[in-house]
Amino acid sequence: MRSSIFLVFVMCLSLTQIQISMADLVDDTCKQTPNNDLCVSTLHADPRSATADVAGLAIIVVDAIKAKATATVAQINTLLGSSPDPKTKNGLDSCLKKYSNAILNADIPSALEALQKNNPKFAEQGTNDAANEANSCERSFAGGASPISSFNKSVTDLSNVASAIIKLLL
Amino acid sequence: MASSPLCLLLFFFSLFFGHGFVPLEASHKVFLHLQNQSPSSLKTHQPYRTGYHFQPPKNWMNGPMIYKGLYHFFYQYNPKGAVWGNIVWAHSTSTDLVNWTPHKHAISPSQPADINGCWSGSTTILPDGKPVILYTGIDPQNNQVQNMAVPKNLSDPFLLEWTKLPQNPLMEPTSTNNINASSFRDPTTAWKGADGRWRTIVGSKVNRKGIAILYRSKDFIHWTKAQHPLHSAKKTGMWECPDFYPVAINGLNGVDTSSIGKNLKYVLKLSLDDTKHDYYTVGSYNRVKDSYVPDKGSVDNDSGLRYDYGKFYASKTFFDDAKKRRILWGWINESSSVEHDIEKGWSGVQAIPRNVLLDKSGKQLLQWPIKEIEKLRANAVHVSSRQLKGGSMVEVTGVTASQADVEVSFKISDFKKAEALDPSWSNPQLLCSQKGASVKGGLGPFGLKVLASKGMEEYTAVFFRVFKGQTKYEVLMCSDQSRSSLDNDNDKTTYGAFLDVDPVHEKLSLRSLIDHSIVESFGGGGKVCITARVYPTLAIDGEAHLYGFNKGTESVEITTLSAWSMKKAKIN
Repeated sequence: MRSSIFLVFVMCLSLTQIQISMADLVDDTCKQTPNNDLCVSTLHADPRSATADVAGLAIIVVDAIKAKATATVAQINTLLGSSPDPKTKNGLDSCLKKYSNAILNADIPSALEALQKNNPKFAEQGTNDAANEANSCERSFAGGASPISSFNKSVTDLSNVASAIIKLLL
Repeated sequence: MASSPLCLLLFFFSLFFGHGFVPLEASHKVFLHLQNQSPSSLKTHQPYRTGYHFQPPKNWMNGPMIYKGLYHFFYQYNPKGAVWGNIVWAHSTSTDLVNWTPHKHAISPSQPADINGCWSGSTTILPDGKPVILYTGIDPQNNQVQNMAVPKNLSDPFLLEWTKLPQNPLMEPTSTNNINASSFRDPTTAWKGADGRWRTIVGSKVNRKGIAILYRSKDFIHWTKAQHPLHSAKKTGMWECPDFYPVAINGLNGVDTSSIGKNLKYVLKLSLDDTKHDYYTVGSYNRVKDSYVPDKGSVDNDSGLRYDYGKFYASKTFFDDAKKRRILWGWINESSSVEHDIEKGWSGVQAIPRNVLLDKSGKQLLQWPIKEIEKLRANAVHVSSRQLKGGSMVEVTGVTASQADVEVSFKISDFKKAEALDPSWSNPQLLCSQKGASVKGGLGPFGLKVLASKGMEEYTAVFFRVFKGQTKYEVLMCSDQSRSSLDNDNDKTTYGAFLDVDPVHEKLSLRSLIDHSIVESFGGGGKVCITARVYPTLAIDGEAHLYGFNKGTESVEITTLSAWSMKKAKIN
């Protein structure tokens, strides 16, 4: 009787140890990115981070970029539908191509395949490009009046975090 | 794979057939003929598509693998888009390494050992002349494994069909061999040892130590992992596309991969995943221990010798038995944004194949574009013994400046204006970035401005700067892309390297192969190679210009300059 209680106690202790190790991986990984807080909050928001290895953590952040980029496309379409002035419309059209064609249809799928199959430099290429596309989008509004600055900043920040995590795999 | 190749032809007729080398106000009438036979899959205006570099009609390419005879080029290809993914082995053949015939894909996923991808590998010619392919497959669990394929029909000169061994994979990570299943790829061309057994190496890593895992086999099918890797190096990260081959000391020819002899050195080249550079060392191969040892003084990491100090990766050599030379292929990716790549419909080109020899110093390799590429030269322009005063520029006319081959040789007579080289200036790329083409110097910058717009809003500069070092004069070679395009969505990083040439006793030579969106430059007869990708918005086709320039204080002499238009090669 006593031995079985002892056994249960030991098992509980061991499980706690494992959970602490995984949380350490998130902390250790995020410290090596340019935005520790964003990295930690993004990873903790996804239950997969509890058992993911570094490649798995990178996948979570790439998925977050995808979600943000999808939301950005929705916002661009909303703004396009509200009769914007020509300068804004030009910028929005340019951004739509960058987000839809490049980020969502090319960079993200390429990065995910590269992470799943362990060829990380192509994932890095994808997330680096996502940041560049978001930056380029932000610059494409004449007079610097971007209506989607916060979206572009989020995508850029997430992409920089993803790139830093992926660099650990090279 | 597109069944109807894109034919985009540009004809440039210059009506000004005077002296090909004129001061700045050159003016010649231009006829521009645009003939477009393209299917709907690619947009009409393709200012960046190359005229004589290998690239498929569309989509992504990288990672060469070759078999000679009829020259075969197998390359990593994404049939579904202009980024990496869905990788298969595409295939083209050539009789001259310049003009190519495309064929159907050679290898695509079809068995468990490669169902998730057919990645890089190499071909080996067996003693009976039969070629075999070893390549990395991605299995159902996304593990990296090594497989073999053989020609289905050896009497087909085009080797269109390949049969995969049912025994695949032949090499794989197991619970006992400690191989990292996510870092195990790119088997090399195998070589036969004195004991008659075959050897191949596969790139891998243990944490941050790059390793070349060695395998041996008697029959090419059953492979046994050696206890020790052929070589390893700390803190270099994953080793991709390893290449291991002998070179002849003071040789004028290449040597077969399995050569054994006294007058040989060995080269081990690695593609570093982390830095995207191909670096190599020259050393010795201990056949008893089956290990490679770089020569004393070698820098065995990313700071060491590179095939190319610009964009050049996943390269591979093969021994051309017909012409007894070792030829190097390299993949040059885009410096443009993915959105631009998607718009233009393609991504990735190959460098012009290069002949590789050991330099007479024995300390580095020399590379030079294969002679066959010269058959594309036309409209030769020659100049000799021309002074290029400090602060001057001269235009080279009479050639298609967007598709050209230029060779120039400089002689310096007076060194007193050479600036001192600060000993802390040890990073040549950084030095070139800080002292670009527009920064005046004492002795230099002098060289070429290519893909230049008439008003010089855009240009790519390839040039030399000569410094006074501690004990001798040092020559810096740069490829400056900072003003290459008004479009800021491109990567305009500048590249540079120190050139091991004595400018007091030797001329400074430079060759540049210019092809719309690629500039491949060779300094010192191939001691330093720098490849760059550029995307001018003004200096396109007939609006591109070519200049020699000297923004130094001191005058330099152009001893010879030759320039040619390059005809279009048949690539697809």
